[in-house]
Formats: sequence, structure tokens, C-alpha cells
Amino acid sequence: MIRAGSKTLLEVRGLRATVDGVEILKGLDLTVKSGEVHAIMGPNGSGKSTFAKVLAGHTAYQVTAGEVLFEGENLLDMAPEARARAGIFLAFQYPIEIPGVGNSQFLRLAYNTVQAGRDKDELDPLEFDDLVREKMKLLEMNPEFLGRSVNEGFSGGEKKRNEILQMALLEPKLAILDETDSGLDIDALRVVSKGVNRFAGADNAVVLVTHYQRLLNHIVPDYVHVMSSGRIVKTGGSALALELEERGYDWVEAEANSAAVAEGASP
Amino acid sequence: MTADAIVARGYLESLLGGLANSPAALVSPKLAWLKTLRAEAVERVGVLKVPTPGDEDWRFTDISALAKQSFHPLRRPTSLQAVDIAHFHIEEATTRLVFVDGVHAPQLSSIGADGGGGDDGDDIVGALAAAIATHGATVRAHLGQHAQFRDDLFTALNTAFLHDAAVVIVPRETVVTEPVHLLFVATQPDVASHPRILLVAEAGSEVTLIEDHLTMHEGAYFTNSVAEIVLGANAQVEHVRVQRDSGAAFHIGGCAVSLGRASRYHSVSVALGAKISRLGLEVVQTVEGAQCSLDGLALIGERQLADTHTCIDHAKPNGTSRQLHKAIVDGAAHAVFNGRVRVRLGAQRTDSAQSSRNLLLSAKAQVNTLPQLEILADNVKCTHGATVGQLDSEEIFYLRSRGLSEAAARNLLTYAFGAEVIDRIPVASLRRRLEQTVLERTTNDPAVPGQAAGHP
Repeated sequence: MIRAGSKTLLEVRGLRATVDGVEILKGLDLTVKSGEVHAIMGPNGSGKSTFAKVLAGHTAYQVTAGEVLFEGENLLDMAPEARARAGIFLAFQYPIEIPGVGNSQFLRLAYNTVQAGRDKDELDPLEFDDLVREKMKLLEMNPEFLGRSVNEGFSGGEKKRNEILQMALLEPKLAILDETDSGLDIDALRVVSKGVNRFAGADNAVVLVTHYQRLLNHIVPDYVHVMSSGRIVKTGGSALALELEERGYDWVEAEANSAAVAEGASP
Repeated sequence: MTADAIVARGYLESLLGGLANSPAALVSPKLAWLKTLRAEAVERVGVLKVPTPGDEDWRFTDISALAKQSFHPLRRPTSLQAVDIAHFHIEEATTRLVFVDGVHAPQLSSIGADGGGGDDGDDIVGALAAAIATHGATVRAHLGQHAQFRDDLFTALNTAFLHDAAVVIVPRETVVTEPVHLLFVATQPDVASHPRILLVAEAGSEVTLIEDHLTMHEGAYFTNSVAEIVLGANAQVEHVRVQRDSGAAFHIGGCAVSLGRASRYHSVSVALGAKISRLGLEVVQTVEGAQCSLDGLALIGERQLADTHTCIDHAKPNGTSRQLHKAIVDGAAHAVFNGRVRVRLGAQRTDSAQSSRNLLLSAKAQVNTLPQLEILADNVKCTHGATVGQLDSEEIFYLRSRGLSEAAARNLLTYAFGAEVIDRIPVASLRRRLEQTVLERTTNDPAVPGQAAGHP
């Protein structure tokens, strides 16, 4: 929700980034304030997922220009784990399977690490078990998933629920959900959306990276941004998502291109 | 004669020289068959040479360092007290045979309720002399009959020194519920010991055997062990082998397993110690329908070398084998895995799967892995695969994105890699202990998994 007097969480200015020498982000600007829900949409290859990973500090991407401030601090100087402890959370498009690491061990380790980083109390296994089971109930997850290896043998929907479970436990200030809706059936989409809506509050913000409008029926964004060729080229309200669903992305890209040409032609 | 061969002969002579002084035969001289067995082995030791990297089976394992050092048989037994080894006890196992520097220590051993009585009232577990007294025919039928020493110098050496052994004979249809713990403790430097194990699980019986090699000092010594394990029809054996010798020790271990009809053998071998260690594990499916699964983990660093050679011989139809071997190699250490699966002509409907997975933690670490399938039957399902790699950068990033430091993420992933094998150990307290060991060995940083990184 857009509120008067809310504070700026994230400020991205002229962000450029490359992977393997190929430039993917080409001057991206975005401001996110607390209490807001943003959706970033756009065609495949427009750089949405790259942007999400760069915010989380993925080591495969090199930032070549621009700045990213998180609560006024230079995010780009921070290691991925420091960002997580500071309150950035990325729900992965393809959550990683980690055979041999028990899910409950992993969740507690992540929780306690982040709690310690924020000078808050850690929980012992029994206390943590109560907490995680309560959160799992909200996401309609079978407690059996605690006893398995992280994401190993989970279905696509189960992996996404496990991501949202981590978000609910770590209570970030800025949650970036990278195509969390992909691979979800209608029931799973409803449950995951419920989890996100319950999480979203006045003191945090959510950035949804998505390809399709259907997620936005469940989680209503305050802003919808369209990415094209590594930049945000159009921003609107939630109605923009419906228009994109109907008309596709071509017209936005055409608009952006002609604007760029006009800009290039001006003295 | 090459210089190597001269050194090698000198080494063997120094070892064999001990034969004459070895403790007076612990078994009655009337046991002509045992004397003959030993004499045959001594004869082979005289013929066989110390293997060099020129031998195909020792291509990647250079044991010249072993040949250069001299070891002697135990001269005076250590007066080890029960309290000294109490922390090595495994809580589930009340039956425990202890061998100190290769010599049976009855005062440290104990026979629990489970190991004490078969149907005939005889002990299931005991040293060789006692076993020969109660189960003479069985011992004679198997001892030295499965671990072939004709072409294997180390098995020949062990057999030449065969005066005592840990013998476990489980009568038909007997289920031994508690594990049997065989504890081989090294207490003195420069000693060569030749532990010997015979396990006969008769038809329909079940038993869990823990073969535990460990040390109380950090000096050099030489352990040359041989185990023979025989499973009758429908027998089930769980065999856990743990080698945690000193970093200066040499350990050559052999294990020959013979599987009867529809029997099931599962082993978990964990190699943590020794400067140079080698495990040769040979499993023969002698009758139809036998199953075996062999799991192994070598966790080594510095300049350690750990070699695992296995051979699963599907001699008859309808056999199943599963194998997972893992190595975690740090420092300038070197892991070798050679896994042969042989499916003989007529061993139809054999179902075999083998996987060798190796994790290199440093630029100087080295792995040689060699899966070998020899398939002569035409209706079989055999798969094998080998991977050698480093920690996965996507997995590391995933953990870091959840707040774990890079070191904590690496430690956790390394631990998890090894834990997959440790988890297969069927004895809970040993599993927990080894999990802790793996955790300590895979932690290079104060940020121990299980504790919060960066927490004061």
C-alpha cells in the first residue's frame, strides 16, 4: 500500500550489470518504499531475473555502473549474506536442491544466523520446531518436509512453498519473489499468495517478478513496471497488468523505442 | 635386482623375521591344517613382490614409503586398562573383542548376552583358539579359504602371521540383535600388526559387525588386516568398517565376502586416517539371488592417500548390487577408487548400480576414479557413473542468500556430502559420533554449522 510518510527502502539508479561479459541490465531505475508491493513484468530475456539476482548479490553477475541503496546503505558493497541479514530476501525462481542437508536443520541455521545478525534471540531446536510448524500450517505444508533434504525430491509447488516459508521465517524488509508463480497450480497459487499477503505490511515491501498477470489477481500490486532490454520502460498501477495481459508487451516496447529515438534526436 | 626390489625384500625380511619370535603358537600344534595354511602363505610371501605403481592394481597408489620404513611385531604388550579405551565403546554393543597392537586382550573384551549363547550354548564371538575348540569344522572350512593369498602379498603376509583372529559364528536362524564390536587399537609406534577376522553367518541368521581400527598415538605403525565374511542362504550381515588410524600410519585392509543364496550384505566403510590406506573389498555372489550394497567414504587431507579397490563378482543369476563411494579430498591428499563389477556368463538378470562421487576442496587435491564393468551375460541391468567436482556455486549462493557466511555454506555442503554415506550406518551412536567427526573435519572456520555465523 502506498502511504504518506513511508520510508524509502530501495533506491536503484542507472544500474548496469553483465554476466559472462554480456550486458543484461542497461540503466535500470527503481524506488521502493516500505508498505509497497511492486510487480516487475516483461518478456523473456528482458532482465527481470537478472535484476532479482543482482539485488541478492549473486556472484555470477558484475555490476558495471549505477548504484543501489538499501535503507541508505550501499547494497553493492555487501556480501550476499550481509544483504540477507540486513533484510533482503530472494525467493528463487528455481530453488536449489541440497542433498544431505536436512530442511529443518537448514531453516533453523538460516533463521538463527539472521536473528544473530540482527541482535535478536536465537531459538533452540524445540523452540524453532514450534515456530516453523506454525508457519508451515499457514502455507498448508506437510511437516514431513522438515525431515527431508532441502528441496530434494520436492515438486515445483513444494519448492515454492518452501521459499515462502523461508521468507515468513526470516521476516525480511524487502522480499523479491522471482517468478514464484511459475509452475504453481491454482490451489498452490492461492496458498502461496495468502502467505505473501499475510507477510506484506507497513514496514516491509514486496517486489514480484512475474511473467503473467494471474499472480496479480491474488496479490494486488501498487505499481506495475515493465522491463525491456534491461531497463524499466513503463510504470503504471495494477490496471497496467491487465492491459499487458490483453495486448502483450510489443506495444510497450514500441513506445519505449520511439521514446528512445525521440530522446536521441533531441539536442 | 632394482634398488626398489632390494628395499622391498629388506622390508619383507624384517617383517618375516618376526615370525620366529612371534608369541608361541596360540593354538595347538596339533592343528596341522592351520600350520599348513601358514606355511603356504609364508611360501607366497617369499615369491611375491611389494607392488609398485608399475602393477595395474597399484597404478595410482605408491607405497614405496611403506617399504622404506621398518616395522616389527609386537615385543611387549601394552598394559592398557579398560578405562583407557572406555570412550571408544559403542553403547549399543555389549559384545566387544579388543585387540591391542594386533594381540587379543581378553581382559578388555566382553561378551554380552547376545554374543554369548547360540542354540548350542557356545559363544558366538571369540578369539581363534576358543572358536576352534567349539566350532572347529566351521573355522577350518572357511579360514583362509575366501581371502586369496596366492597373488596378494598383503593377504599372504597376514595369513603367514595368522595366530589369532576375531571369530564370529552365528548359528542358523539366529538373530543377533546387538552389534558386535571388534576394536583394533594401536598403542605402540613401529609395530606391524595383522588383524584377522572371520565372520560366518549361517543360513537365515542376522548380525551387525563393527570393525573399528583406531589409535592411541600419532606415531607410525603398519596395520595389515584381513576379514573373511561368509553368508549362508538368506543370511543378513551389516558390516561397518571404520579406519581412523594415526596420520603417520600405514593401513592395508582386505575384506573377502562370499554370498549365499538370497543373502544380503551391506557394508559402510569410512576411511579417515592413515598416511596411506588401502581397502580391498571383494564380494562374490556364489549362489543365485544374493544382494549386496557397498557404501564408502574417504575423508582425507594434508598428504594422505586413501585407496579403495572393490570388486563385486556376480557369478550367478538374479543378483543385485548397489554401490556408492564418496571421497572428500582436501590439502594435497589423493583419493583412489577402483570399482570393478563383474557379471559372469550366465549371471542373467543381474541388477547393478555403481556411483563414485568425489569432492575436491583444494587445487592440489587429487582423485583417480575408475569404474570398471565386465559384463559377459546379455540380459542384465548395469549402470555406473563417476563425478569429480568442487562445491556447487549455486548451492553456495543459495545458502549465502539465507544469511550463512561463505565459509559456513562451504562447511555445511561438505558435511552434507559426507553425511549421505554416514547416514547409512545402522548403529545410531556410531553414526552420531562419525557425523560429529565429519563435522569437525569439514569445518575450516569458527562458523561451525549448527552455530550461528558471526554470533559472538
